[in-house]
Amino acid sequence: MKLILHIWRQRGPNDAGKMVSYDVPDASPEMSFLEMLDVLNERLIEKGEEPVAFDHDCREGICGMCGIVINGIPHGPRPATTTCQLHMRTFNDGDQIFLEPWRAKAFPVVRDLVVDRSAFDRVISAGGFVSVNTGSAPEANSVPVAKKDADLAMDAAQCIGCGACVAACPNASAMLFTSAKVSHLGILPQGRPEAATRVQKMVSQMDAEGFGNCTNTRECEAACPKSIGVEFIARMNREYLCAALTDRPEAEGGGGV
Amino acid sequence: MTIELKSNIPSGPMEGKWEKHRFEMKLVNPANKRKYTILVVGTGLAGASAAASLAELGYKVKAFCFQDSPRRAHSIAAQGGINAAKNYCNDGDSVHRLFYDTVKGGDYRAREANVHRLAEISVSIIDQCVAQGVPFAREYGGLLANRSFGGTQVSRTFYARGQTGQQLLLGAYPALQRQIGLGAVQMFPRTEMLDVILVNGAARGIVVRNLVTGRIESHTGDAVCLATGGYGNLFYLSTNAKGCNVTAIWRAHRRGALMANPCFTQIHPTCIPVSGEYQSKLTLMSESLRNDGRIWVPKEKGDKRPAAQIPEDQRDYYLERRYPSFGNLVPRDVASRAAKAACDEGRGVGPGGLGVYLDFGDAIRRLGEKTIADKYGNLFEMYERITDENPYRTPMRIYPAIHYTMGGLWVDYNLMSTIPGLFVLGEANFSDHGANRLGASALMQGLADGYFIIPYTIGHYLANAKLEKVEPDAPACKAVIEEVAGRTARLLGVKGRRSPDSFHKELGKVMWDNCGMGRNAAGLQKAIQRIPEIREEFWKNISVLGTGEQLNQQLEKAGRVADFLEFGELTCRDALHREESCGGHFREEHQTPDGEAKRDDEKFAYVAAWEWKGEGQKPELNKEPLTFEIVHPTQRSYK
Amino acid sequence: MGGSTGCWVSETLRSSIGKKGLMAVTGLMLFGFVVIHLLGNLQVYLPDKQALTQYGHLIKSKPAVLWGARLSLLAIVLVHAAAAILLAMENSAARPVKYHVRQWREAGYAARTMIISGPLILAYVVYHLLHFTTGHAHPDFNPDDVYRNVIVGFQNKAVALTYIVAMVMLATHLSHGLWSLCQTLGFNHPKYTPALRFASIAVATAIGAGYISIPVSVMLGILK
Repeated sequence: MKLILHIWRQRGPNDAGKMVSYDVPDASPEMSFLEMLDVLNERLIEKGEEPVAFDHDCREGICGMCGIVINGIPHGPRPATTTCQLHMRTFNDGDQIFLEPWRAKAFPVVRDLVVDRSAFDRVISAGGFVSVNTGSAPEANSVPVAKKDADLAMDAAQCIGCGACVAACPNASAMLFTSAKVSHLGILPQGRPEAATRVQKMVSQMDAEGFGNCTNTRECEAACPKSIGVEFIARMNREYLCAALTDRPEAEGGGGV
Repeated sequence: MTIELKSNIPSGPMEGKWEKHRFEMKLVNPANKRKYTILVVGTGLAGASAAASLAELGYKVKAFCFQDSPRRAHSIAAQGGINAAKNYCNDGDSVHRLFYDTVKGGDYRAREANVHRLAEISVSIIDQCVAQGVPFAREYGGLLANRSFGGTQVSRTFYARGQTGQQLLLGAYPALQRQIGLGAVQMFPRTEMLDVILVNGAARGIVVRNLVTGRIESHTGDAVCLATGGYGNLFYLSTNAKGCNVTAIWRAHRRGALMANPCFTQIHPTCIPVSGEYQSKLTLMSESLRNDGRIWVPKEKGDKRPAAQIPEDQRDYYLERRYPSFGNLVPRDVASRAAKAACDEGRGVGPGGLGVYLDFGDAIRRLGEKTIADKYGNLFEMYERITDENPYRTPMRIYPAIHYTMGGLWVDYNLMSTIPGLFVLGEANFSDHGANRLGASALMQGLADGYFIIPYTIGHYLANAKLEKVEPDAPACKAVIEEVAGRTARLLGVKGRRSPDSFHKELGKVMWDNCGMGRNAAGLQKAIQRIPEIREEFWKNISVLGTGEQLNQQLEKAGRVADFLEFGELTCRDALHREESCGGHFREEHQTPDGEAKRDDEKFAYVAAWEWKGEGQKPELNKEPLTFEIVHPTQRSYK
Repeated sequence: MGGSTGCWVSETLRSSIGKKGLMAVTGLMLFGFVVIHLLGNLQVYLPDKQALTQYGHLIKSKPAVLWGARLSLLAIVLVHAAAAILLAMENSAARPVKYHVRQWREAGYAARTMIISGPLILAYVVYHLLHFTTGHAHPDFNPDDVYRNVIVGFQNKAVALTYIVAMVMLATHLSHGLWSLCQTLGFNHPKYTPALRFASIAVATAIGAGYISIPVSVMLGILK
């Protein structure tokens, strides 16, 4: 297949970037999208040009490291597929393909198609955990969890933290990411004791990172490579509003040693 | 000079060793813990769980990973499950049986005491993970579900759909993030460790490169934990993530840590076959598929008919035929070799004849498509995305691929390498899996090391060691920083014509052809001769464009390939010296008449620990003899 | 929030979900007003041509209630608009560099244009008040004959057409807004959400059609 790529090139976080066009005359439909970029990069190196930087690691759709906005769609046109799992058979001979990085204030560009997603880590640090120190856990089967709850929690827990939801959202909102974690832990009995505090802290951190607000357009759901649904956003809204209205303030000295 | 390898295995009966050792180890007073800094490199299951647990205890921790977030470490890609001797299925499982299966599965090349400890701890790991909110599969009654896995006859594997590694890491990573939020752990993502700093013979720091700014700097502390994963990418094509590399442990090896059993590499039998030259990695299909899928090839050589047109009586279900009692669930090494044998006979399927069928036709007829979809739906989707074939209709094509490395830095019972204060965890150490790892045991080992072993053993080391403070600008640190900077400059300065990937591919092919599924002396000698030639060309002709003061992915790759080029030679030497077949190491000269691996316990019941003797010098072999008190070595049989 | 200082009310209202919650609650109230207003308007079809005018008199006869309602409505509109402006500014700041190419997959026209349809509706409401409430924009306003004001007002085609366009916009706004406010207030359930999404569009269409029917009837001479 012959392709023309238009790729966002930007040397560093503080440099200006621009779209640059490249010909790929010999892509094969069996290649993955990133393998096609590998081929392009090998050719650029041969010509003495710096290759295109893009994030990737596992190349099997689970680490969440890869992510390119392909023709205006994060991770490209195939639903429920990460960039690394997208294959060139999805495209046609002669196609022009636009490659851009995730665009969000909270995800500054590091270089070319590489962005900094550490905002997500800080959202998790704010409360996306169960506070259980190693060694203090009770016997695993002592708390039964309804299968449907475990399954629903798993649906949310599948989030790979790639950031496609933010990239897809017209407002660069991180509600799908945050709600997936809030829901995963909030649905399970193990996560309930901290649920009210968790949702408030995580939302507060999410806001502080400069993500936009949710306008319920459901673009995130369409872009999510793990098909995580906006149902979890509603769940988080519910949990947040309930917590804000009913959560008791922490008692003075209540957390003392 | 031969190094004396003290395994520090506690005395006493097997069942009580760990308990006794835990009591005998020295403790660090809670108030003193915050005076110690521990550097943890790698944030997969072993690294994240270690960093979080150590911080919970009160140590100051600095954690490093080369990915953009600790959550991306390759543990995340483990699909099938994690073993634990809970005996929830009432099918006769016990700590002893898990211990026995693992020693036997490892083809009697693992330390019994380590494996027993692993089996004991397995039970607590599940408790810990459930409490963290890992959404393991459940039965309708709300209790945990189990499935069976290769190499065992009980169901002891806990799982979260086909994403168990992900869910376990998403238990450990938030535990780490929690400690980061509390200020107990300082996290350095996009930071690659490039060397170890030794002061008075003990590991006291590391030199890292910030991958975004290119800054090379040192971090010092009182102990260093390497949890940097396996070196499967030595073969270029493997199921490992693209970033997986040997650099951290190889640099430690060059500073004096012994490298144990590097030739013990695991080939996973169920991967998606290679489709072309541009192939950048291989994708694993979980071993759990072998619970319901049947593996076959046509009986006739060169039968190119589509699978559906080959009648039942012209199919050879070779695993069921050769191993009637384990059938499709034989251990990975056995299944992989059998697939290679079938393809070598010219009965392979798919393009190039490098593939065998994994057929779900029977299972779908027996259980219905829905049940199969519930169990394996996401794996089937993944297969279809990559191959464009629907496994509900046509059998999957699979072929073995490099997947896991049992070898790694030599460690004693306390997980400490031959460098005092340098601890090695998870896949990076030479581990508890002997010459072959059973399915669903890697996750178990990583978490056991991180959650339940290192927190005790590191305290014991620190309580005994007399350590003076080392500042990041101490002469020892500056010297190593200079070495690292010099090496980086050298890579940038060659200005040759070939890309890092092209060298990596060339090395990978040499390794796969000569040190892959079947190995022989002639091939290994050829590789030992060829690899230094590639290395020489590398340093004359490598092309790394751009500068070192920015994100430069070629520079990162080039550094890793340079280390693989040294390490590959050692791996071949190890494979050549081990004149026996065991587990993942199959020497064609040493097989039984029916093609099974033939061990030589007389001569090779030891851990081969190699010592770096300097550039261009032959490494020196040190041996740690293995004794088996409980599980007496027999010819492994899965018939 | 847990453990922090500061007033929980302002913390909540300043958060993204809090602001969205305000949008949703005020939106729900405005929806209630739109429904009641429509029911009032539909009295124009009653055989008794004085019904609408009498309804107008009834409302005006209790100034305290009337002004209470008017001021409440004003407050609700202001909150709805202020929250919208804040959210929109934040949303715009959240993506300083735009994409060269953008494709939408789920976001419908209504969802993407809430921030445009909202202000346009508000602008129309101002005109609407000048037209039918104060009469400043009416050619022949009689405060005591609501029915006649309607007929005369809509006999001007441009006026009627503007009204129709505004009501289409209102219906579009509601078609996303109704579902969206449920989602924002946390109501999403696999059993009800598909029906809710359909109902949201159906109710919005019905309301739009109800309003639009009046100028259309006037222009067609059904009402005179």
